[in-house]
Amino acid sequence: MALLESKTVALVGNDAVAEAMRQVNPDVVAAYPITPQTDIVQTFSAMAADGLVKTELVNVESEHSAMSACIGAAASGARVMTATCSQGLALMWELLYIASGLRLPIVMPNVNRALSAPINIHCDHGDSMGARDSGWIQLFSENAQEAYDNIIQAVRISEHPDVYLPVMVLLDGFIISHAVDRMDLMEDEKVRNFIGERSEPYTMLDSKNPTCVGPFDGLYGYFFEFKRQQEEAMKNSFQVIQDVGKEFEKISGRSYGLFQTLGMEDAEFVVIAQGSGAGTIRHQVECMRSSGIPVGMIKLRSFRPFPAKQLVELLSGVKAVAVFDRSDTFAGGMGGPVFIELRSSFYEQEKKPLITNYIYGLGGRDLSIALVKQAMQEIHEMASSGRVKQMVNYLGLKE
Amino acid sequence: MSWDISNIQEWSWKEHPIGAVIKAPGNSRLIKTGGWRSLRPIRDEEQCNDCLICFIFCPEMSILVADEKIEKIDLDFCKGCGICAEECPRDAIEIIDEIEAQTKEKSGT
Repeated sequence: MALLESKTVALVGNDAVAEAMRQVNPDVVAAYPITPQTDIVQTFSAMAADGLVKTELVNVESEHSAMSACIGAAASGARVMTATCSQGLALMWELLYIASGLRLPIVMPNVNRALSAPINIHCDHGDSMGARDSGWIQLFSENAQEAYDNIIQAVRISEHPDVYLPVMVLLDGFIISHAVDRMDLMEDEKVRNFIGERSEPYTMLDSKNPTCVGPFDGLYGYFFEFKRQQEEAMKNSFQVIQDVGKEFEKISGRSYGLFQTLGMEDAEFVVIAQGSGAGTIRHQVECMRSSGIPVGMIKLRSFRPFPAKQLVELLSGVKAVAVFDRSDTFAGGMGGPVFIELRSSFYEQEKKPLITNYIYGLGGRDLSIALVKQAMQEIHEMASSGRVKQMVNYLGLKE
Repeated sequence: MSWDISNIQEWSWKEHPIGAVIKAPGNSRLIKTGGWRSLRPIRDEEQCNDCLICFIFCPEMSILVADEKIEKIDLDFCKGCGICAEECPRDAIEIIDEIEAQTKEKSGT
């Protein structure tokens, strides 16, 4: 059914994403249909079977094949999407680099769930953090609304001529994907006008201008040059993500940028988080601010590209920063991926805050208000004493 | 579409089309792959009766034919695999060491 008016609904995150995919109406969706796939593809398959989309749905035998089919379809000029999760993303790994290396606009929601072993089906960010250097743009969502909104914006970001990179839209497993959330859906027409016609870097199906895609480059070697181009595209995406976010605000009333801030005008200590954990943290930040404690927060939306310059500008004046990471890097004491990048961003700066790291929620360990409160008290003490007690902390771990 | 890649080895990263796409067909003949060769086929013109079996088998299309007769072996693309010598029913193709062949060429013998 076409959605003629915007409406407020109660949906689980997976269905919110499937609804966004229905409205985007991609030419091709290739996906592995069973575990570790999520309801995103199941719901979307039903929509395709019911004729609600004109999408060619390709069921393949693995995620490796799913991404391969997406790459082929995108190179032929189709608007392409797929969805995956956890081990599925891990199986796609080598194709992720091919999608970005060939500069193909593909949009892929990934439900963030832990990677084995031990076998675990719950939320953490270890799966997508493994794809950190694969050349994909990675946008985190805090709830079903943001997952839905990110999908629609991702189409525009991915197909922007200054970018032409695949985009991964991340939503927390179970907490967002399987929990019912109140959210607003936009009219189909509004979404379709917003995304517009597909813009493509090249097409294999133009018989007047034939191209060869995916050639061997090992003899004379321009590989290095192409990788530099990818980095440039990633740099360009900073502006594009913000521009698309502003344009999206005009049609939805919801604003998006590289990150979202709270209380940064007078904050003395600040918490940074991404994904659903940001909601729990915001609650605690608001409670503390209402008792006059100068705490602020930054919810990081764009992890790739990493907005180092903007974060440094925002944070160089504060006393202390705590980075919440829902994955570890197993580097022997370096902390989580967001922490490492933020800390490294400050290297050249003379004025910098104390920085500490909280690794939390691995394998779906709950981030309770009590845990956030405990961390906040420690950060507050750190800001007052001017000393980092411990660089990397494991929050909620049974010690 | 015409696409001048004569100077491609000097191109800056900004000049390449994105995604490593080859924008015009047929330019593989500009990339001479014969430099890989460590062995070289030498055809004995007197033994050869132009049966063209080597032409059929050559994976690089390096046996150049004109008027149904072998013109020469195209060393710009021959990789020295030796299939031509293996398949030749008259043993008219000999495989020799490439470096020796080049040394002989230089000394003019």
